[in-house]
Amino acid sequence: MKTKVQASAAFLEPAKAPAVKIFGVGSAGVAMLDTLNGGDFAGAGFVAINTDASSLAASSAAIKIQLETKLLRGLGTGGDPERGRAIAEEQFATLKTACDGADVVFVVAGLGGGAGSGISSVLARAAKEAGALVLAFVTLPFACEGNRRQQQAQQGLDQLKSVADGVICLPCQKTFKLIDENTSVLDTFRITDGLLVESVCGIWRLLTRKGLIRIHFDDLCALLRDRHSESVFACVEATGPARAREVVEKLVAHPLLDEGRALAESSAVLVSLMGGKELAMAEVNRVMEQIGRQCEHAQIIMGAAVDETLKNRLSVTVIAAKQGPVPMELPPLAASGDSVEQVTPRGIMARPGSRCGSSAPSLTSEQREQILAKNAGTRARKTGPKMRQAQLPLAIISKGRFDKSEPTIHKGEDLDIPTYVRRGVALN
Amino acid sequence: MFDDSSIIVGLEIGTSKVCAVVGERNADGSLNVIGLGQARSRGVRKGEIVDTTQAEEDVRNAIVEAEQMADVEIRNVYLGVTGAHIRGFNNRGVHPVVSADREISEDDVQDVVKNAKAINLPTENNVVHAIRQHFFVDGQDGVTNPVGMLGSRLEVDVHVVHGRTNRLQNAIRLVKGLQLEVDEIVFNGLASSLALLSNEQKELGALVIDIGGGTTDYVVYTNGVIRHTGVLAIGGDHVSNDLAYGLKVPLSRAEKLKLEFGSALVDEETKGQTITITNELGLPLKTVNVEHLRRIMSLRLEEIFQLVGQDLEQAGLFNYLRAGIFLCGGCARVPQIAPLAEQVLQMPVSLGQTNSVSGLKSALDQPEFVTAIGLVKFGSFKTRKREGKPSLAQGIKGALSSLLRRS
Repeated sequence: MKTKVQASAAFLEPAKAPAVKIFGVGSAGVAMLDTLNGGDFAGAGFVAINTDASSLAASSAAIKIQLETKLLRGLGTGGDPERGRAIAEEQFATLKTACDGADVVFVVAGLGGGAGSGISSVLARAAKEAGALVLAFVTLPFACEGNRRQQQAQQGLDQLKSVADGVICLPCQKTFKLIDENTSVLDTFRITDGLLVESVCGIWRLLTRKGLIRIHFDDLCALLRDRHSESVFACVEATGPARAREVVEKLVAHPLLDEGRALAESSAVLVSLMGGKELAMAEVNRVMEQIGRQCEHAQIIMGAAVDETLKNRLSVTVIAAKQGPVPMELPPLAASGDSVEQVTPRGIMARPGSRCGSSAPSLTSEQREQILAKNAGTRARKTGPKMRQAQLPLAIISKGRFDKSEPTIHKGEDLDIPTYVRRGVALN
Repeated sequence: MFDDSSIIVGLEIGTSKVCAVVGERNADGSLNVIGLGQARSRGVRKGEIVDTTQAEEDVRNAIVEAEQMADVEIRNVYLGVTGAHIRGFNNRGVHPVVSADREISEDDVQDVVKNAKAINLPTENNVVHAIRQHFFVDGQDGVTNPVGMLGSRLEVDVHVVHGRTNRLQNAIRLVKGLQLEVDEIVFNGLASSLALLSNEQKELGALVIDIGGGTTDYVVYTNGVIRHTGVLAIGGDHVSNDLAYGLKVPLSRAEKLKLEFGSALVDEETKGQTITITNELGLPLKTVNVEHLRRIMSLRLEEIFQLVGQDLEQAGLFNYLRAGIFLCGGCARVPQIAPLAEQVLQMPVSLGQTNSVSGLKSALDQPEFVTAIGLVKFGSFKTRKREGKPSLAQGIKGALSSLLRRS
């Protein structure tokens, strides 16, 4: 990638194209790899890595690496990431050789199990050492899969984040919005796999197709780096004369983007437009204008490319990254240590709310004033990470006898909370 | 139903107390309060029933007490309603006068009022009052009674008070469950204003703020008609709750402190004063700073007035209140509240006095009974109208017959 890819010609001559290797790690990763393999990833090398022989046997990947020692007795990691990690460390050299010659490494894995969570971060490190840029595409388990898996997944994600250049993470829980009552388990997994595959394809296309306005891999990494507490991804398509408008409407209604809320909350957004030959600048402009309006606070990176196979379709790929978690709307696992780190230096106590309400007054009056002053400034319901953080301490204030009654909200202010607290009047 | 008796009962199911006032209408039309029953309310929050069983018991107690005092049997009541869901707005209806001689008939008036009441409300809402304001004949303003006038186009402004059907029904159902008939439901703020304001004050323009336990209801009159109504779901309960929170005392204790030491203004001389709270054995439990207590109260009450003020500012009615502002409701008892309101609203403020009603001195002087007395007054206007005499409240149309029948 650093060797400046020549847009179209380079792609036809594999010698000059960035060598991409796609690694599927763990059973879920291997399964996703198979789906990817069917797509148009000319020039990419597919490598399946797992501890479980049977899953590898079913894979269509060109290279299969089975990590096996006596330790595991052919039984896989047994859902223990530590074992996966240990075994990957043991075979570090093998992993590194597998990454040799690649400019870009995609790691595809389902976090939560033993292999995916344990091996992927080691693999990412091996790839880095082999001189490749690493981009990881991972899923987080469903909430119903249990706490332990969630924790393991979170740990795996944290480890992966510390080594990979970029992580795109899809919490499976979000796909619940896409499925209905009757969707089978198999189909559900297919949908989640599909979404992840879609994002790999989207980024693949982004990086390899003829670009009118290029997005470089560095841009992408810069966007994802340090921000990936949760990156959301959406890819939509539309045809017809009003496709520019339609595509934006679809995007805003996209379930993975929380009906457009994710856009409003994100701090950086990457937009890639892809169309046939007749992709008009006016369309590009219209789409970007609309998206820009959706995410006022975000840094926007845009790219436009021509793909003749798309004909009259317009395809828009959006990756939105949030800076730090938003306490209320993230799934509990994603509200990791980041929130505390970000909040405490500002003097806001990030401790659990107390029912009896005695905890609030123990803030010093200065702190309270600071908090309330901040709150007063951003009382408008506009979203923005700053305002949300300022709301944290208000949750501590007990509403006493009005706790359970319908709140009296006047212009966004909860009037059940004592006036002197809201106004920041210090007693003493 | 009232043919054989001239007894009118007003029932207010408030947040802090349930109160029933029995009034008797004399032959000359004057009103005499002959009975009063009240009970501490336990099943109501912010003006709305949250615990039917307890509320029912409280209502029964209040009614029984009023019956004993007045020595009558209560069968019908005028029921006061409030709550944050109640809203008021102005609407205008138009009707072309089609008769050959262009004289406006009684039918035309009825038609135009009907048109004005045809309002597009959400389905879950119901009209509580549609109060006639002024007529316009061919654009001529300020006509109070257009019958007999000549014109081709008749318009009328009405003030519509509406609320959520289900929430209104809750109170009605509860009263019906006690084998009482609800004659009509009345917005508490309207009832209070009826009890407090004289015709002259209504004509000059006045604001009535009824700060009760759970809600603050306010009504604005200009040129003799109701211009604006509003409800804020804040009241004395909030003051107590703030105190309990701020002084770290139990709610019941906060309530007592509020009554004993509360004031709407923070005086210089209270600075540094403390009260020692003792337990039942007389041992000191805690000391409370009087200044803090008053500061907390003052801020809350100040905010209530500010919110009312903002609403009126928005409605553009501030310059029409030439008779000033009248306070009632339990919070009107807070010492210094009138000066505080004057400070905030920059207008003469006085505590409301129920006038044009005679009877029990103990009932008439209390600001917290104003609403219930107003309900009786509303009832007396209604019955007077039924007897076909012209009255002040002729324009006050109860739009609730269907609502009352349904439950």
